[in-house]
Amino acid sequence: MDKFYHSVHLEPDLCKGCINCIKRCPTQAIRVRDGKARINARFCIDCGECIRVCPHHAKQAVYDKIDVLKQYEYTVALPAPSLYSQFNSLDDVEIVLNALLYLGFDDVYEVSAGAELVSEATRRYLTEHEENLPAISTACPTVVRLIRVKFPNLIPNLLPLNPPVEVAARLALMRAMEKSGLPREKIGIVFISPCPAKYTYTKMPLGTAKSEVDCVLAIKDVYQLLLPYMKVVGQDREELALSGKIGISWGRSGGEASGLFTDNYLAADGIENVIRVLEDMEDQKFTQLKFVELNACNGGCVGGVLTVENPYVAEAKLQRLRKYMPVSKSHIEGAQGSVVPWDAQVEFEPVFHLGNNMMQSLTRLNQVERLCKRLPGLDCGSCGAPTCKALAEDIVRGDRSEKDCIYFLRDSLHKLSDEVAALVLGWGADDKRDRESVRILKEYMQRISDEMALLDRGKP
Amino acid sequence: MDDKIVFTYDVPADDFSRAGEASSDVKSKLKQLGTPPDAVRKVAIAMYEGEINMVIHANGGTITVEISPRQVRMVLRDRGPGIPDVDLAMQEGYSTAPDEIRNLGFGAGMGLPNMKKYTDEMHIETELGVGTTITMTVNL
Ligand SMILES: Nc1ncnc2c1ncn2[C@@H]1O[C@H](COP(=O)(O)OP(=O)(O)OP(=O)(O)O)[C@@H](O)[C@H]1O
Ligand code: SF4
Ligand SMILES: [Mg+2]
Repeated sequence: MDKFYHSVHLEPDLCKGCINCIKRCPTQAIRVRDGKARINARFCIDCGECIRVCPHHAKQAVYDKIDVLKQYEYTVALPAPSLYSQFNSLDDVEIVLNALLYLGFDDVYEVSAGAELVSEATRRYLTEHEENLPAISTACPTVVRLIRVKFPNLIPNLLPLNPPVEVAARLALMRAMEKSGLPREKIGIVFISPCPAKYTYTKMPLGTAKSEVDCVLAIKDVYQLLLPYMKVVGQDREELALSGKIGISWGRSGGEASGLFTDNYLAADGIENVIRVLEDMEDQKFTQLKFVELNACNGGCVGGVLTVENPYVAEAKLQRLRKYMPVSKSHIEGAQGSVVPWDAQVEFEPVFHLGNNMMQSLTRLNQVERLCKRLPGLDCGSCGAPTCKALAEDIVRGDRSEKDCIYFLRDSLHKLSDEVAALVLGWGADDKRDRESVRILKEYMQRISDEMALLDRGKP
Repeated sequence: MDDKIVFTYDVPADDFSRAGEASSDVKSKLKQLGTPPDAVRKVAIAMYEGEINMVIHANGGTITVEISPRQVRMVLRDRGPGIPDVDLAMQEGYSTAPDEIRNLGFGAGMGLPNMKKYTDEMHIETELGVGTTITMTVNL
């Protein structure tokens, strides 16, 4: 699979070519061309901002539908902790876990159980690897992708541990093979996800060669399917929960850090805030921090784009649910420890370089500076780029031309029509119009109509 | 052939909310140029310290940054009070920052030493009552 695979994509029929998404994308990955948005796969980090902001619902995420269960003889559900935060007055996670069995799964393995193992391994990492502190959490795939393309200096700070979903998937698989006696391919490990970024992770993981998650369902889909089953879960429910407060807390911003028993941490959520923290980390503005927890979504995973509840309400519900729980239920035992560490490194991907080498980049940056002085500086988005500077960068990369700026085009049209006027006004009443003048006039008229056509481009 | 590029920034006096704008702009440009990550980090750290000093100690000024494939050269020029004893100012922990500045988290007396540490060359020209010009180079 392509290393720039991403799950967020465009439904062209729904796209009206407005500028909402291009303005909001934190990596400037989107351009509108010929009236439709296009995502640059190399720049996209799957944060889901464009899905949130698109008024026409033209930005969508790839994920699986519940009927994938039919493809397997034995299926295990891996519910993200953010799933629990979607329900009103839930006081026992067992209701959700048992309802998942009614829904058709053969077993359930909480992602929060994997999270408790990651918390434990992180505590150990922080004491054993002082040279790489502060460690940056690698649970949010969007953050890891952002660092991979924008913050090469911080790659050594990435916490080299698998995210809870991967740890849970591996442990769930071992248990499933043991319980069912079936071969790997007949078992389906199905993650119930708050976001498209995690779908991308399972298809093209960073930090490990292959993910053991087979399918990804959206929390918003499963939520609806579960509601009726949750009503019929009785007192005879099975005990399926494997995690306590520490694991469940991972669903909200600050939760992962709170399981590390240190005060020297920082937790930031929301992609813009994440970027600001990474910039400051790169400039070494934080000293003495041990751990930095970053979540691309507001509020953490409870704010994932595939959830239904308002993230802040969801956070409050999670808080309430935690009250009745033990601190933690899962601990690293025996061979389990081996599923936690990364087995592949993350490599810097210099996708934002202007040229192929420093000389070419310098030339291009000079061109960008000169272009920016000529463009109007309105950042109006009519050209399909988020800012005048972004258009200038597209131009020097050879993807666009100055005439994509409507102000530029307007000036050019004015000049042409002035020249035509001057030419025609110069003709006397009984002047013999020589061939040359007529030829020039025709040429001007052609250019005017070509440029008028450019103006129309992009209109539906 | 463009074998170098020059940027000029005005650094405003006493506006902490804007301090750091110049160095972060230079950082993003260096990244676009494909400058080695370690050099980007050094320039960003050294230039930020110099920029903050201009804001706190010297009523602002101008910064000129010249980038070529061989080096990044930063010239920070202010018309502030000047530095009476450069050797003393360069000592780790020496600071004349008043309490209200210290309360903002500055004034550890580490700025100038860090500028020296993170650059390959640093030169200070200063005259009392006239101003200070600091030139720093990071080799690529
Ligand atoms: N541009 C300048 N103009 C005048 N005085 C300066 C200038 N830069 C530094 N100084 C003087 O040198 C001293 C030491 O500077 P330095 O940057 O090392 O520490 P600081 O700015 O006081 O604290 P810190 O940088 O750790 O926040 C300052 O307190 C100030 O007296
Ligand atoms: S914060 Fe959580 S929900 Fe949002 S992108 Fe990251 S992993 Fe997904
Ligand atoms: Mg200083």
